[in-house]
Amino acid sequence: MEQAAQRDLFPGALEMMILRTLKRQPLHGYALAQHIKRTSQDLLQIEEGSLYPALQRLLKEEFVKAEWGISSTNRRVRIYKLTAAGARHLEREVSSFERMLQGITRVLAPEES
Amino acid sequence: MNRLRQLFRRRIDRELSEEIAAHLDEKIEELMAEGMPRQEAVQKARREFGNLLRIEEQGREVWGWPSLEALFLDIRQGLRALGHNPVFTAVAVLTIAIGIAANTAVFSVVNSVLLKPLHYPGAEELVALHQLAPGAEGLADFESGLLLSPSMYVTYSDHNKTFESMGVWISGTANVTGLAEPEQVRTVAVSDGVFETLGVPPAAGRWLSPQDQIPNGPLRVVLGYGYWQRRFGGDQAVIGKTITVDAQPREIVGVMPKGFRFVDADFDLTAPLAFDRGKLILAGFGFHGIARLKQGVKIAEANADLTRLLPVWMDSWSNGPGSNPHIYETWKIRPMIRPLKQEVIGNVGELLWVVMGTIGVVMLIACANVTNLLLVRMEARQQELAMRTALGAGRARIVRGLLLESVMLGLTGGVAGCGLAYAGVRLLVAVGPSNLPRLSEIAMDSATLLFAMLLSVLSGLLFGLIPALKYSARSAGAALQSTSRTVGFSRERHRVRNSLVVGQVAMALVLLMSAGLMIRTFAALRNVDPGFSDAQRLQTLRISIPDSLLAEPERVTRLENAMLDRLQAIQGVKSAGFASEMPMEGFDSSWDQIYAEDKVYADNTIPPLRLYKYISPGFLETSGTRVVAGREMTWSEVYGLRPVVMVSENLAREMWGSARAAVGKRLREVPAMPWHEVVGVVQDVPEKGVQEKPPEIVYWPPLMKNPFAPGAEQVARTVTFAVRSERAGSESFLNEARRAVWSVNSNLPLASLRTMQEIFDKSLARTSFTLVMLEIAGAMALALAMIGIYGVMSYSVSQRQREIGIRLALGAQGRDVLQMVLSQGTKLVLLGVAIGIVAAFLLTRLMANLVYGVTVYDPLTLVAVASVLILVKLLACYLPARRATLVDPMVAIRYE
Repeated sequence: MEQAAQRDLFPGALEMMILRTLKRQPLHGYALAQHIKRTSQDLLQIEEGSLYPALQRLLKEEFVKAEWGISSTNRRVRIYKLTAAGARHLEREVSSFERMLQGITRVLAPEES
Repeated sequence: MNRLRQLFRRRIDRELSEEIAAHLDEKIEELMAEGMPRQEAVQKARREFGNLLRIEEQGREVWGWPSLEALFLDIRQGLRALGHNPVFTAVAVLTIAIGIAANTAVFSVVNSVLLKPLHYPGAEELVALHQLAPGAEGLADFESGLLLSPSMYVTYSDHNKTFESMGVWISGTANVTGLAEPEQVRTVAVSDGVFETLGVPPAAGRWLSPQDQIPNGPLRVVLGYGYWQRRFGGDQAVIGKTITVDAQPREIVGVMPKGFRFVDADFDLTAPLAFDRGKLILAGFGFHGIARLKQGVKIAEANADLTRLLPVWMDSWSNGPGSNPHIYETWKIRPMIRPLKQEVIGNVGELLWVVMGTIGVVMLIACANVTNLLLVRMEARQQELAMRTALGAGRARIVRGLLLESVMLGLTGGVAGCGLAYAGVRLLVAVGPSNLPRLSEIAMDSATLLFAMLLSVLSGLLFGLIPALKYSARSAGAALQSTSRTVGFSRERHRVRNSLVVGQVAMALVLLMSAGLMIRTFAALRNVDPGFSDAQRLQTLRISIPDSLLAEPERVTRLENAMLDRLQAIQGVKSAGFASEMPMEGFDSSWDQIYAEDKVYADNTIPPLRLYKYISPGFLETSGTRVVAGREMTWSEVYGLRPVVMVSENLAREMWGSARAAVGKRLREVPAMPWHEVVGVVQDVPEKGVQEKPPEIVYWPPLMKNPFAPGAEQVARTVTFAVRSERAGSESFLNEARRAVWSVNSNLPLASLRTMQEIFDKSLARTSFTLVMLEIAGAMALALAMIGIYGVMSYSVSQRQREIGIRLALGAQGRDVLQMVLSQGTKLVLLGVAIGIVAAFLLTRLMANLVYGVTVYDPLTLVAVASVLILVKLLACYLPARRATLVDPMVAIRYE
C-alpha cells in the first residue's frame, strides 16, 4: 500500500521511531508527534496523521498498549505504552537498521585505494 | 459473533476519530496560543495532519475491517457507474450474456455426458467386460470390441475371483400382442447378475431372480418405467399380471424406476436370458458383459483374472464334434476391462471437448470486445478517476472498484446468460444427435450454475483487468489537466486496442477454419455413394416373426413374401423387398468366417470374418443398389433352397480379382454347409455409415438349409422391408402399409417406420451436430470480431477527426483519407489472419478424427475462410473510413 506520508521513509521506520520514543516514556498521540518532530529537528517530513495508522498497526501486533487518560491540557486522550514484546521488536529492528545503515554508508563512502 | 465484531469495530472507529479530533484540537490550541488567528490555525493543523479521511480509513484497515464496508460502497458506486451509461452497459451485458449462455449450455452437455457419474449406486466400481480380438477383425471392431459368448459368461461367472457380481445382457425387440394394436417393443435380455451388478432397486415388485433364469421354467418379465406408464398408466396392480410377448404369456414381476437403463440401452421389457448350460457352444459373441469389482480390486487385476480364464473357457466348451476349440487362439483375445462410464460415453468425448473448446474461444472474443468497450469508456471517465485519486483514493482501491464494476458486469451477463442457456440446453438436446450417449440426462444442475458463475466472475476479471490497471496507473495531475479535447491518444493505449483486434481476428480465423472443415466434411460425405438411391422415396419398416408365433421356416418366408406382395399392390408402389437390415440402420451386424472353394486354408487357421446379411429377391432393385456383375437371386431359388449367394464387389476383388471373375465361384461358412454359388456381385455399400470404409459383405438368401441342423432350414425372422414409392413417409401411405401387413397376419407389429433418408440422416447425426455447433461458434466469432474492429476503427476515426480535418483543409482528397484509414484496418486484419493461420495449423489437428475426405490443413478451406474474414473485416473498416471522408474540415478544426 502506498502511503504518501512515508515517501521519504522506508517501511517500518516510523514504527521504529514510535517505539523508541515510547521506550523513554508513555505518551499520547499529539505529544508523540511533537516529540518526533522536535527530536528530528524537522529533517523528516512526516504528516502528523500518519502516526495513527502506524499506532493501530503496533496495537494490533501488541507492541504497544493504549489506555484512556487525561492529558496535561485536560483532554481525554489515549496514552500509548511500550510492551515487552514491543521492546524486543525495537531491539531487533534497531540492530537490523544499524547493519543496513552501515552497509549503505560503506558503499557511499569515498573509496580507499 | 458478528454483532460482537460490529460493536468492537464501531468502538475502534469511534476511538480513532475521537483521538484524532483531540490531536487536532490540541494543535489548534497551541497554534492559537502562539498568536495565530483561529481560521489560519485550523487550516495549518489540518494541512500538517494530512488526509483525514484516508488516515482514518488506513487506521481501520489495520484491523481488517475496511474491506466489507468499502466493498459495499464500491459495489454501490459501481452499480451507479453502470447505470450512468445504459447503452454501454446493455451492449456489454448482452455480449457477455450470449458468450456465457453458449458456454454454459455446452458445459451442461459436457458435464452431464462426460463428467457426472453414471446413475448407479457405487458407479465407480462398475466395469464393462471389454475384450480385444485383433485376430477377429470385423467381428471385434475397435469401438465395441469382442462381445462375450454365453459360454464365456458362464466360465467367467463361475470362476472369476475379482468380481462382486457380473452378468451379460443383449438388446433386441419383441412383439407384444393382446393389449392394443400389436406393438414391437425394445427389450433387454439379461443373465443372472445384471440387476445385482447395477444395483438399482425396482420401482415396484422385484428384480429378475435366479429362479427366473431356469431354462424352460416359468416365463417372467420386468417392465421399463416408460412402458409401464404408457401401457399401464403406472398401475401398481400390474405386478402378477401377464402380457403376451412374442406369442408367449409372461408374468410381470417388477418395474424398474424412471431413467434406469442397462448401460446405454433404454428398454420397454426385460426378460431373462435363461441360458441352457447343456446346450452352450463356444461361439455366439453377442453379449455385453458388465461387472462390479470387489472392494479394492484394480482393473489390471481383473484383466489378469479373465486372461487366466480364457484357456479354461476353451477347454470347457466346444463348437460341436470335430471342431478345434483352440482355434480361438488365433483371435488373440485379450480382456481390456474398462470403466462402465467409458463404455457408455464411447468416443463422443473428443467431439464434445472440441465443441467446448470452440465455444470457449468465442467467449475469449466476447471478452476482448468488452475490454475494448471498457477501454473506450475509461477514456471518458479519466477525469472522474483522477478526481477520486485527488480526493484520496488509493490506487488499489481504484483498481478494486473498477474490477468490481467489471465483475458486476460479468455477473449480470452471467445471470442473463443462464436464462439463455436454459433455452440453449433444450435446443441442444433437440438438435443433438439422438445417438449421443446420456442425451436424456442432459440438464442444467448446480455444477452448471457454478460453472456459469465462475465463468462470469473470471471473464469480468479478465476484461476488467487491462483497463483498470492502465488507467489507475496514471498520475492524477496529468489526467486532471488534460481536457478531453486536446488529449491525443497515447500510442500505448492504442497498442492494447489494436492487439485485441488482432487477437480477435486470429481466433475468429481458427473457429471459421474448423467450421469450414466441417462443411467440407459434410460435402464429402454427401458425395459418397451410399449404396442406395433416392432415399426420400424409400420407405422402410421392420417386422419380426417370432418362433413362438410361426415355427416352420418356410412358412415364415412365405408370410414375408405375401406381405411383400400386398405392399407392392399399394397404389403407386414401384417395387418392394426386404433385408435383415438396411445399410446404416445401426443394428449389431452378424459376422462369420467365409471359405472359398478354390482357396486352400491351412489347419488351425480360420479365414477372416465377413459381415453377412440376408436379402430377398428384388431388394437390391428396390433400394437402388447396383448389381455390378451377374444377377439378383430369384424366389424359385429361395424356395428351392438352391445354394446361391451374392457378394460385395470388394469381397469379389479380394477373393477372385474382379467382380466378373467372382460369378460362378462358390463359398460357404462351415464344412457342414453346401458350397453356395455366387450368382451376382453387388456394389460396395458403406454399411456402417458413409464415413466408414464399406465392409466386405456376403448376401445370403432369406431361407436356406441350416448347416448346424441337417434337414432343417434357417430363416431371417426379423427383417426390414423396403418399399419404393412416391408417397413414402406420408401418413396415408403408412396406414395403407399397416393394413397391407395386417391383412396377412394381424398379430404383427410394424416398427421403425422411417424413410431411408431418415436412417441416413441419423447416421450422420454426429457429424451434422458438430457442423451445426462449429458453425454457430464460427458465426458468433465472425460477428463479434466484426463488431470489435468496427468499434476500434470508429473510435480511432472520431479521435482523429481534427487531424483528418486538417489534412482535408490542406488539400487531401477523400480518397486519400479513405485509404489511410483502410490501410490502418487492413494491417490489423492481415496480421490477425497470419497469426490465425499459424494457430489453426496447430489447433485443427485436434479435430483430425472428426473430419472426412479432407485434411485439417486443407488449403482450399483456408483460402476461403481467410478471404471471407478479410472481406467482412474490411467492410467493418469501410464504414468508419467512409465517415472520415465526410468530415467537414471547418467544423473539425473549429470544434476546438
